[in-house]
Amino acid sequence: MKLSDLIENLSLEVKTPETDLTREVTGGYVSDMLSDVIANAKAGYVWVTFQSHLNIVAVASLKGICGIIMVNNRVPARETILKAAAENIPIMTSSLAAFELVGKLYALGLRCR
Amino acid sequence: MTKSSDGVFFLTGKDFTNAGSASSNLKGILDDMGIPADIVRRAAIAAFEAEMNAIIYAVAGMMRYSITPEAVTVTLQDMGPGIPDIDLAMKEGYSTAPDYIREMGFGSGMGLPNIKKNTDKLTINSVVGEGTTLEFVIYLQGLSPETSG
Repeated sequence: MKLSDLIENLSLEVKTPETDLTREVTGGYVSDMLSDVIANAKAGYVWVTFQSHLNIVAVASLKGICGIIMVNNRVPARETILKAAAENIPIMTSSLAAFELVGKLYALGLRCR
Repeated sequence: MTKSSDGVFFLTGKDFTNAGSASSNLKGILDDMGIPADIVRRAAIAAFEAEMNAIIYAVAGMMRYSITPEAVTVTLQDMGPGIPDIDLAMKEGYSTAPDYIREMGFGSGMGLPNIKKNTDKLTINSVVGEGTTLEFVIYLQGLSPETSG
């Protein structure tokens, strides 16, 4: 599934329209702890988080994350958006809570393995 | 891959804006040298965790790297509080990070274990009140010189 399909299916708001939204999503991971994502997420995953701080972009870039989805209408910091745009890491937001959003991602066929 | 390279990056404590740039630069250097992707991935993860530790806990620090046809060696030297009990710090889940650091998603107590998991050799020397020196080695052939004979 392409990231753009997820965006449409889940009515995600794209905060970095200049980034590559056509990437293939290979799975998903949810965590607010950066080292947990570093240890357990895989390249091509979408990362669901409440974190909006700048350093999530460095982690996503390090791991080859295909996009970050912020939950609960979290607003990303301006510098987070700028860095994400510069590093071509798509950032999207959802009005849903993490539990609800992850349930929908799972129903769409995404797994973490 | 027969080339060698070495250099140093300087780190400023609590500078979360530039945090991760040293390990990101190192990753770029390793990629440019044609180091295998799996080695680059492991080195970048270990370097990032070590860099973040220096930024979170220390006033300042430096990351030295040395890349040879045999191994990638990275040394993080910081002017920080030091680690009183290294065995305890190595335990997954143990962290001394203050609340404001945890709110940014750090301090899960997984940093040092992540470094250990991704490297072939890890050495930590620390003096409380002076600082910590962390060095890790990743062998490019998958075998250490000792074991490959």
